[in-house]
Amino acid sequence: MRAQAPPTSPGPAIDVRDLRMRYGTKDVLTGVSFAARRGEVLALLGPNGAGKTTTIEILEGFRMRSAGEVSVLGQDPARGDEAWRARLGVVLQSWRDHSRWRVRDLLGYLARFYAPYGTTDVPRPWDVDELIDVVGLTEHADLKVQKLSGGQRRRLDVAIGIVGRPELVFLDEPTAGFDPHARREFHDLVHRLADFENTTVLLTTHDLDEAEKLADRILVLDGGTIVADGTADQLARELTTQAEVRWTVGGRRHVHAVEDGDPTAFVRRLLANDPDVTELEVRRASLEDTYMTLVHRAETAGGRPSAGGEQTDRTEEVQA
Amino acid sequence: MTTTTTSGAGRVEARRAAVRAGLTRGWLETKYSFMEAGDVIWYLAFPVIYAVVLLFMRGSTVPGTGFALGAMVLPSLVGMSIALGGLTGAASTIAVDREDGTLLRAKATPNGMIGYLVGKILMFALTTAVSLLALVIPAFTVAGDLRLDLRTAVLLIMIFVLGMVATVPISVALGSLFTSSAQTGLLFLISMLLIIPSGIFYPITALPGWLQVVGQAFPYYWLGLGARSAMLPDSLAAAEIGGSWRTLEMIGVLGLWAVVGMVLAPIVLRRMARRESGSTVAAARERFMTKGY
Repeated sequence: MRAQAPPTSPGPAIDVRDLRMRYGTKDVLTGVSFAARRGEVLALLGPNGAGKTTTIEILEGFRMRSAGEVSVLGQDPARGDEAWRARLGVVLQSWRDHSRWRVRDLLGYLARFYAPYGTTDVPRPWDVDELIDVVGLTEHADLKVQKLSGGQRRRLDVAIGIVGRPELVFLDEPTAGFDPHARREFHDLVHRLADFENTTVLLTTHDLDEAEKLADRILVLDGGTIVADGTADQLARELTTQAEVRWTVGGRRHVHAVEDGDPTAFVRRLLANDPDVTELEVRRASLEDTYMTLVHRAETAGGRPSAGGEQTDRTEEVQA
Repeated sequence: MTTTTTSGAGRVEARRAAVRAGLTRGWLETKYSFMEAGDVIWYLAFPVIYAVVLLFMRGSTVPGTGFALGAMVLPSLVGMSIALGGLTGAASTIAVDREDGTLLRAKATPNGMIGYLVGKILMFALTTAVSLLALVIPAFTVAGDLRLDLRTAVLLIMIFVLGMVATVPISVALGSLFTSSAQTGLLFLISMLLIIPSGIFYPITALPGWLQVVGQAFPYYWLGLGARSAMLPDSLAAAEIGGSWRTLEMIGVLGLWAVVGMVLAPIVLRRMARRESGSTVAAARERFMTKGY
């Protein structure tokens, strides 16, 4: 998969150990640990206020951390120099900066800073017209930035973020405010980056669907710490231990929630004890259900995640 | 480690590239600025006002002499425009650029801050130069009393460059200290106060001694003096402190301001930029959307 040797230290692109952040008396990050391999697309998923933006800004070198060890492309972002900066791409959410500039002028200007950092393995920067084509802005290359639509502008933000052919790209809530079409185009762009350029990507999102579509691996951040780490499939198994068993006896519908582990034993018992059971149904909660529960809890209580241990199995009778 | 970029020579080359990019930036921003009607009006407003004032002064002479009053005032106005443009202009743009995320982009780019600063200085130099040219044109109506020769041109260009170098970095440092773009009005007010003891509208020699000292500490006085030395006949040097144009002192004081500015600006700017992140820009945007400023 890796055609080119990375120009510097071949370790992980990102290595975070026990990262903590405290604002005044409020702990925003209470011990975040994860690593990203080179070429991996990683999604940092979590409800609003979980600490996603704080985490990514620390990794970008824009924010000082309170404690913990952080290594990004082999350097501590708090002491990252310009040569380190040249290997990173930060996709910012533009607002009205450079609004008078024309698209090609702006990209051409920013590209010039990267030229001295090119190597034989990684020629920097991108050819500007080629890049404009990649992000689908060729028709708008001579427009002023302020004339672009929201979606076009975000694609320009991505182009700016990758104009220096970065080894690692940070995307913070990249598709916030996108319509479905713009979102789809954006996803294609991220896939292209990861596949053709072997770029490591770390993106934050609160949208599970987006994380599943884009990422090789998903980290779920909640309450200032990583509560799950894996592929979408692994996450579904790891996070969603809950299952529902539904059946009918004598015209009455029953639901039993198995909170922890395997529902098989319960079903075996049920069938052995009650020969009249019909319409048996076993349903495992989807990852989406579980994530929604997480988001809901963060929005209502703001409390810490529970392991699901305080609830025991229970059966309810429901209306059919 | 990589071959070129981490070595000393590579770093120098990368900074040079940033300076060159900054020159492009300054040129482009000037071009964009002259394409906006609002900006052009701003650049030409003061020269037009001065021109009208000079027209009204036609025929009046400096009391006790046969020297045209308009010719006496014009060089001081040239000095003031350089100082005022340099000191207030950059500060207010920095405050705006910080809010809208322009500075954050510079920060996310390797050596981007160098490019940004060089671009700002060039843009201010070019736009101020245009304002000055517009200001000097009416001077030809009183050309008989003014010196307008090669020496004038060389001295004016020198004073202009020195004035920019002495004021823009300080202005950048001041602009970095503001927490919102609304505070730049304060800087304008202070500038106006400093013009009082600057000898621009009222001869500095007629002021109390302590005010003369205050006046001579700031670039306004020295830029006004420099412009007078370039455009007025030598005989009028007698009206200045010490009866001389004091060109060496002028270079010394303005040079000192330049050095202080060059040392302070990157430190203050970097300190300010360190606090910039996506969420601070998002917060500014939030505030702007809800409160409208």
